[in-house]
Amino acid sequence: MSGGAFMAVLRRDLLLAMRRKSEVLTAVFFFVVVAALFPLGIGPELNTLRLVAPGVLWVGALLSSMLALQRLFEADYRDGTLEQMALSPTPMPLLISAKLLAHWLVSGVPLVLLAPVLGLQFDLSADALMTLTLGLLLGTPVLSLVGGIGAALTLGVRGGGVLLSLLVLPLFIPVLVFGAGAVEAQASGLGAEAHLSILMAMLLPAAFFSPLACAAALRIALE
Amino acid sequence: MLRVSHLSCSRGNKPLFADVSFELQAGQVLHLEGDNGVGKTSLLRIVCGLSPADAGEVCWHGQTIQQNASQFRASLFYLGHGLSLKEELSALENLISDAAVSGRALSEPQALVALARMGLRGREHLPLRVMSQGQKRRTALARLLASQAPFWVLDEPFVALDAKAVDGLRSLLGEHVAHGGMVLLTSHQPVALTVASGASVQVQTYRLRGVA
Repeated sequence: MSGGAFMAVLRRDLLLAMRRKSEVLTAVFFFVVVAALFPLGIGPELNTLRLVAPGVLWVGALLSSMLALQRLFEADYRDGTLEQMALSPTPMPLLISAKLLAHWLVSGVPLVLLAPVLGLQFDLSADALMTLTLGLLLGTPVLSLVGGIGAALTLGVRGGGVLLSLLVLPLFIPVLVFGAGAVEAQASGLGAEAHLSILMAMLLPAAFFSPLACAAALRIALE
Repeated sequence: MLRVSHLSCSRGNKPLFADVSFELQAGQVLHLEGDNGVGKTSLLRIVCGLSPADAGEVCWHGQTIQQNASQFRASLFYLGHGLSLKEELSALENLISDAAVSGRALSEPQALVALARMGLRGREHLPLRVMSQGQKRRTALARLLASQAPFWVLDEPFVALDAKAVDGLRSLLGEHVAHGGMVLLTSHQPVALTVASGASVQVQTYRLRGVA
């Protein structure tokens, strides 16, 4: 029964994302544009490009995932869907984790898939591209999970968008440091295992605690 | 059965209502009356467990709804001002996903029957954004037909419905009560319910008064 409700929320959110294509595409397009403009602005110096690539791609991914974050619970809050979720016999954190998973599939996975293609513009080696993609695969879910807490806390607050950035960006910094650091460590021959392990160590507790924190924050917003 | 005892609620520093008590047994309808802004919606939200009360408690089968949360939620159907409908989805998709979130598996034929009974035959696959306000409300009310919950809490269910739909909803509520269901609703019109046999269902009213 709980599984059915989880799947229903996941399916509904993915279906909604398919029907509201422009919202999804805006965030992805933003990432592509940011990553494509930097090589043009910096010039064709390959050593410089290789040096800035991980940072640029990670900052692009981070800002692009911020774009979609604000709308994560907004529509459900306005039309009463969140009330129904709060009153469902299925535990609310489970339903919220379905929403967070849908959000990551829609806003995170396209970035992971696009990153190796965009990385080619920065003359990254195959190994570096591999590390970049792996890092994003582990890091973007953390962005969705931690960002979800911020979105839930700022729900219904006037000027919530600015507040959300202030709240969430400092928490994204460790992900940025270790995500971009992984590629640099790989390039310098140290190996990226340590960085990727730390990203994994961020992901696991976030996956467990974030739905609980979101549900608690949303219940307060609904009162 | 539901027992509400000595509830009070305030908005900010301003008290809304105090010492509200009533009981609702299986097979009863309670019509909550009151002026605008007196706190009818707030009371319904407290009864559902969405908002906390300042004082007093709501009991379901002898236990407070906080102690008994999962059992209470499984028996509750709440229709608030937000209809919890998605504009981009069709009436059918809305109905099925909503039922699953409320913990019930609803098959497509069942959902189609419910929509047809609410007078939406032929519009099942239209996205909700092209529907009128009344048709949206009908879609939301079709959830009642799909619901197996015994306790219905309805906030202004008759708003934006045409005469025919109002009659349909009345007989739907009458049937539910005749089968031992419970209904708590707010409305600014007098509520008269009938069952198929023509007998009328007694509707209790509770007048909510603000704190002076």
